[in-house]
Amino acid sequence: MNVWEVFRFAVRGIGANKLRSGLTMLGILIGVAAVILLVAVGNGSAQQVADRIEALGTNTLTVQSTSRGGSSPLTVQVAQALKDPVLAPDVASVSPVVSTSATLTYQGTDHSVQQFVGSYATYFTASNSPIGRGSGFTTADVEAGRRVVVIGQTVAEELFPGMDPIGQELTVSGALFTIVGVLAEKSSSSGFQDANDVAIAPLTAVQQALTGYGSLTSIVVEASAPERVSDVQAQITTILNQRLKVEATSTSTPYRIQNASQLLETQTETADTFTTLLGAVAGISLLVGGIGITNIMLVTVTERTREIGIRKALGAPRRVILTQFLAEATMLSLIGGGLGVAAALIGSNFTIVGIQPVIVPSSIALALCVSVAIGLFFGSVPANRAAGLRPIDALRYE
Amino acid sequence: MTVLDVRRVAKVYGEGEAAVHALRGVSLSVEQGDYVAIMGSSGSGKSTLMNILGCLDVPSSGQYLLDGVDVSRLNDRQLALVRNRRIGFIFQSFNLIPRTTALANVELPLAYAGVKPALRRRRARVALDMVGLADRADHEPNQLSGGQQQRVAVARALVTEPALLLADEPTGNLDSRSTEDILAIFDQLSAAGRTILIITHEPDVGARATRLVKLFDGQIASDERQMRVAA
Ligand SMILES: Nc1ncnc2c1ncn2[C@@H]1O[C@H](COP(=O)(O)OP(=O)(O)O)[C@@H](O)[C@H]1O
Ligand SMILES: [Mg+2]
Repeated sequence: MNVWEVFRFAVRGIGANKLRSGLTMLGILIGVAAVILLVAVGNGSAQQVADRIEALGTNTLTVQSTSRGGSSPLTVQVAQALKDPVLAPDVASVSPVVSTSATLTYQGTDHSVQQFVGSYATYFTASNSPIGRGSGFTTADVEAGRRVVVIGQTVAEELFPGMDPIGQELTVSGALFTIVGVLAEKSSSSGFQDANDVAIAPLTAVQQALTGYGSLTSIVVEASAPERVSDVQAQITTILNQRLKVEATSTSTPYRIQNASQLLETQTETADTFTTLLGAVAGISLLVGGIGITNIMLVTVTERTREIGIRKALGAPRRVILTQFLAEATMLSLIGGGLGVAAALIGSNFTIVGIQPVIVPSSIALALCVSVAIGLFFGSVPANRAAGLRPIDALRYE
Repeated sequence: MTVLDVRRVAKVYGEGEAAVHALRGVSLSVEQGDYVAIMGSSGSGKSTLMNILGCLDVPSSGQYLLDGVDVSRLNDRQLALVRNRRIGFIFQSFNLIPRTTALANVELPLAYAGVKPALRRRRARVALDMVGLADRADHEPNQLSGGQQQRVAVARALVTEPALLLADEPTGNLDSRSTEDILAIFDQLSAAGRTILIITHEPDVGARATRLVKLFDGQIASDERQMRVAA
């Protein structure tokens, strides 16, 4: 008997009990689809995190003070010292930042922003906050302490619904600021904070009107290229240690340097753990599906032991019987697995728990291989047993 | 020419206390063209003997030569070949493959013999026609009466044109009308020179054969040639 005939025998065998075949396939379908889809969800969330962090700018570093309560050692002088072409050649820009929460008032309407930021003109690029409409402020504005402000989308919507905010004047703690621009909408809200609920003004103006000339909240340092970030980190560490008189042997520093790529790494690790976990859960469901196939295969073969006896009595060689049952098992798991892949591909078009799944191709191959292997293995064990029986024993089987 | 040669065959089921001696040294030789009826009370070992003759079971001791070949020397593949080409076996309980059409059931031995599908179908139709079931080719076993099912089983046993036809109470589950149908086919086959062994407990079925073997308690009690009684 050739391959085609074995195939036809198997199709007939599967068709002989449609409900049972259908249920077996359903088990595999669900297992395979779950594996592919859950891994895709994990992968999707990892990508989402990565995108979000990349949006922060991968070539920036943030220097923050670690001293609690007492005044921060970070000052404008310290920030300016970081812009040193000799000691720190890879630094592209340095933006000292003061940030405070503030209440903005426009014609009797109040809106509190979490972050009223005062910084340099370089902050817009360094913090990856491009201007949407209007313009930013300039270095000249910073030097003159001009009270101009660029507001985020949320602020614009809250205070100026349906009108153009540019050119309008806001009151912040009694000081008037003129709006010169609106930031482009940031798609990624980083969880608890609305990234669009900000206002950015020249450092000098904010210090004068709001925070005073004390210490800075942070310093944002931009590296000349993403791959220079670790060099920059080393360079500014040296300068800061010098300026802030940190002993070389000291284990604690009064400042902390964070960079987006570090953040990216740890976040990606977390996301990978998440994916692995989801994959494991899905793997278990595939295994349970596999046990389902085994069970049904056992029942099928046991139930069909008489049939095997008849076939042997008619002169079917052991090999042909074995091939038929294996072909049935393989076909069931292949069709089930194929439908599972299709279901997963369709499912991945939808957002699942707020995450756009991203299919990992290797998970498709893995899930399919596992389902076929399960079908083959668990199909072959009972079939092999039955095919090895003497015809009369198979015929007498109850 | 001797088709079957059984030499002091014994068959013991189980062991020790519970051992059942189903056959106690049966010797029998059947010539080509013989039409042998095997009779005996229930439990006398008829089916046990028939299963050994059909290579479905193996004896505990003794020798069984089929066409001069000692069957115990054949391996699994050769046995499958013998069952397929040399022997047509008909069971009391029909043993058709469920949810499979009559035609496909009859085709099955040919499929295992490696006959091409088109030729297979043609030969299966001829066999079904011979048993008068050409119009039931596409029916599944549960859509056929007992007599019809047994005729399908006969067609299936005949389709490979085996030299030896073994039937274990083929009419045991059938009414007299269907019994007559089956026996008529056997008469026809016997007339065409086939070797037939048939187990029965009905005397008028036994009377159709040319030789009557009586089994008693696992041994041959009598073995005599007889005049055929025509239907
Ligand atoms: N598989 C078996 N296991 C144990 N005893 C068996 C088995 N098959 C048959 N026997 C016993 O062997 C004897 C002969 O059985 P069998 O050949 O079926 O008789 P018959 O067909 O003449 O009625 C009986 O006593 C029966 O109980
Ligand atoms: Mg019997």
